[in-house]
Amino acid sequence: MDTLVAQLQRQFRDYTISLYHQGFLDDQFTELKKLQDECSPDFVAEVVSLFFEDCEKLIGNMARALDQTGNVDFNLVGSSVHQLKGSSSSVGAKRVKGLCITFKECCDSQNFEGCVRCLQQVDIEYKSLKAKLQDLFNLEQQIVQAGGRIPQVDI
Amino acid sequence: MGMVTESQFHVLAVDDSLVDRKMIERLLQKSSYQVTTVDSGSKALEFLGLRDSNESDDANAPSSSPVTHQEVEINLIITDYCMPGMTGYDLLKRVKESAAFKSIPVVIMSSENVPARISRCLEEGAEEFFLKPVKLADLTKLKPHMMKTKLKKESDKPAKEDSAVLKPEIREEEASVIKIVPLHQEVEQEPVLSKRKATKEVISTDRSRPKYNDITTSV
Repeated sequence: MDTLVAQLQRQFRDYTISLYHQGFLDDQFTELKKLQDECSPDFVAEVVSLFFEDCEKLIGNMARALDQTGNVDFNLVGSSVHQLKGSSSSVGAKRVKGLCITFKECCDSQNFEGCVRCLQQVDIEYKSLKAKLQDLFNLEQQIVQAGGRIPQVDI
Repeated sequence: MGMVTESQFHVLAVDDSLVDRKMIERLLQKSSYQVTTVDSGSKALEFLGLRDSNESDDANAPSSSPVTHQEVEINLIITDYCMPGMTGYDLLKRVKESAAFKSIPVVIMSSENVPARISRCLEEGAEEFFLKPVKLADLTKLKPHMMKTKLKKESDKPAKEDSAVLKPEIREEEASVIKIVPLHQEVEQEPVLSKRKATKEVISTDRSRPKYNDITTSV
């Protein structure tokens, strides 16, 4: 008979695996989890939270820069994209990182429409990841509240 | 008792990215090092006690030249390469040009795999070049560099007893290194779990390997 804890753990496992398989997360997210322990029990949540704040700030910068019709500073946009690529790489946000690579190419070739498209996509993508990770963290909380352990998921 | 434990190693981490600062801080803490993080090269110099101005450090100045009294001993500096203002390379140069701090090992991190950049840093005296994102397994490379400086400092100290005691002191430290390893089996095992390819970690240019060997044999 499946206990609540077992059900939640299975859900957690399945959801985690799907995030990797669908390319939302990569190996680096696994590395983040290794850094979480009793000394730093909320490390992953803290880092991803900083990452999402970074996304908001950098996307804002890029949007403002792209808004300067006729006078777009592509270097400025490119530099923000570079920063975003760096932090997405650090947390294992695979899709965001991939979009940044394309975005950077558009900046380098001063492709305005391309940049605008990439900006929209990056915005959608980070928000989507944010929602999914929130769901994942909620599952963790539910497991702990039900008295269970969060399973180690090997990808 | 004179044992060298890793809690005595203090690393100064420099990165303009908040996310990466948090990462490197945790990586270092997890590897049992004490950490100070700063967000720029100039703050790093400030922390070390080097003046960040046009004023160059006078190599002939008395050995206690730092402007601010540096209360903590830094055993290693790990810095991002790409930073606004002072790059990691600029910081590396300043440290290596400083009489007081040139012996501090410096490690460069970069998200970009540019061989020319890597060579330049290693030539300027960087001990290692890590590709970002830096992993726990990468940090195992740091200890030898920090130990070398510590051992050198120990052997430079005036002998309290006669010099015959010096050798046993160093042996004791080597013994304690062996004692420490079991605590870090966890770290040693990480590479097995990680799916990274080893070649991605540090560019094994011809320069990096010989340079490491040179440093080891000079001890």
